Amino acid sequence: MINKIVETLEQAVAGIADGATVMIGGFGNAGMPSELIDALIAQGAGNLTIVNNNAGNGDTGLAALLKAKRVRKIICSFPRQTDSWHFDALYRSGELELELVPQGTLAERIRAAGAGIGAFYTPTAVGTRLAEGKEARRFDGRDYVLELPIHADVALIKALRADRWGNLVYRMTARNFGPIMASAARCTIVQVQETVALGALDPETVVTPGIFVQRVVRVAAPAALERAA
Amino acid sequence: MTSIRKRDRKQIAGRVALDIPEGAYVNLGIGLPTLVAGQLPKGREIILHSENGVLGIGPPPAPGAEDGDLIDAGKSPVTLLEGGAFFHHADSFSMIRGRHIDICVLGAFQVSATGDLANWHTGAADAIPAVGGAMDLAVGAKQVFVMMEHLTKGGESKIVERCSYPLTGVGCVTRIYTDLAVIDVTPQGLRVVDRVEGLSLEELSRLTGMALVEHAPAAHAA
Repeated sequence: MINKIVETLEQAVAGIADGATVMIGGFGNAGMPSELIDALIAQGAGNLTIVNNNAGNGDTGLAALLKAKRVRKIICSFPRQTDSWHFDALYRSGELELELVPQGTLAERIRAAGAGIGAFYTPTAVGTRLAEGKEARRFDGRDYVLELPIHADVALIKALRADRWGNLVYRMTARNFGPIMASAARCTIVQVQETVALGALDPETVVTPGIFVQRVVRVAAPAALERAA
Repeated sequence: MTSIRKRDRKQIAGRVALDIPEGAYVNLGIGLPTLVAGQLPKGREIILHSENGVLGIGPPPAPGAEDGDLIDAGKSPVTLLEGGAFFHHADSFSMIRGRHIDICVLGAFQVSATGDLANWHTGAADAIPAVGGAMDLAVGAKQVFVMMEHLTKGGESKIVERCSYPLTGVGCVTRIYTDLAVIDVTPQGLRVVDRVEGLSLEELSRLTGMALVEHAPAAHAA
């Protein structure tokens, strides 16, 4: 019997290695798998490369991982925010490498990895410093730059509901990077608010099919909902 | 300048909103452009998109009704209209890059006479860079409207021959809305669509630092 549901957060993050590339879902705090990140901090893996849209907000979630100095490099589109003080300090002191990627290029590089695409040309960033050093090519009178996929060892994402096969549905804009990161990592670990019986999810509305998911753990009260309440 | 009736931020937003037609799919950038949402003409059905994966953004939620899972690209809580939809980030940027968004409205540090946009980086050595979706919107939206103050605090024109700040996109801006004027970027150069009451074309040209030409026939003044 296939059962991807594990009992504890500790089991969920077991085996993540030093030096791993870890995609972390979420846009700001929406969809941020904070409990999985806390479990990763407790697990102890370091020297990580993190892929996320941002670089942590406040003191929790990704910001806490940065504060714990487990991150060597971050690949993101928008690190600078009013509450990104842990990133700001580590970046300024040279302890953290930044690869800045336009948001749509970030999403497409992740999608490409999951879809088995070797590289792609995009018009985004043509003529800017973010395209410097990249192969350029003109198609049908328009300029493009070559971008490579971003593969990950692990993805940590948050969804609303899962069954034991790992089929997922999300909640509103908390979906954001979840589906594409799930496809781009060798081991996708999902925290959900609720696990349901096989067959309880309407197959027409499954957003991430279980083929992209390796582990599921239930976290009863997601932090974002508590904050919203 | 006392006789010139500059548009305030809300009036600039209102002027932008006038140009957004029924049925348009629109992305409003973070900062100043978010004001446009509150100025959209009543009765026009306009669908707002946000990069983080939502179409059909409604009015701001009532105090206490915010939901941390329903936010826009500026990470502010929003509501969803009937007919709205959620989707993942790659789909969201397919809408942008794939030329499905009719209009995006962006803020800017500078816009060049040929429509180059600079809005993501001041170029300062110690600045922490952040780009977000600006470069994708700049190349992807069918029309790129820029909304900004005409002059810097120091009185220098933000419309320039060549941008001195790092570029966000090349030749991408189609129309500029400022507190002084609305100006189209055309293959023939900049064309003034309208200017505020009390401001002559000569004075606008002087403030902008280049000779500006009016659209012919003269467009409506707001």
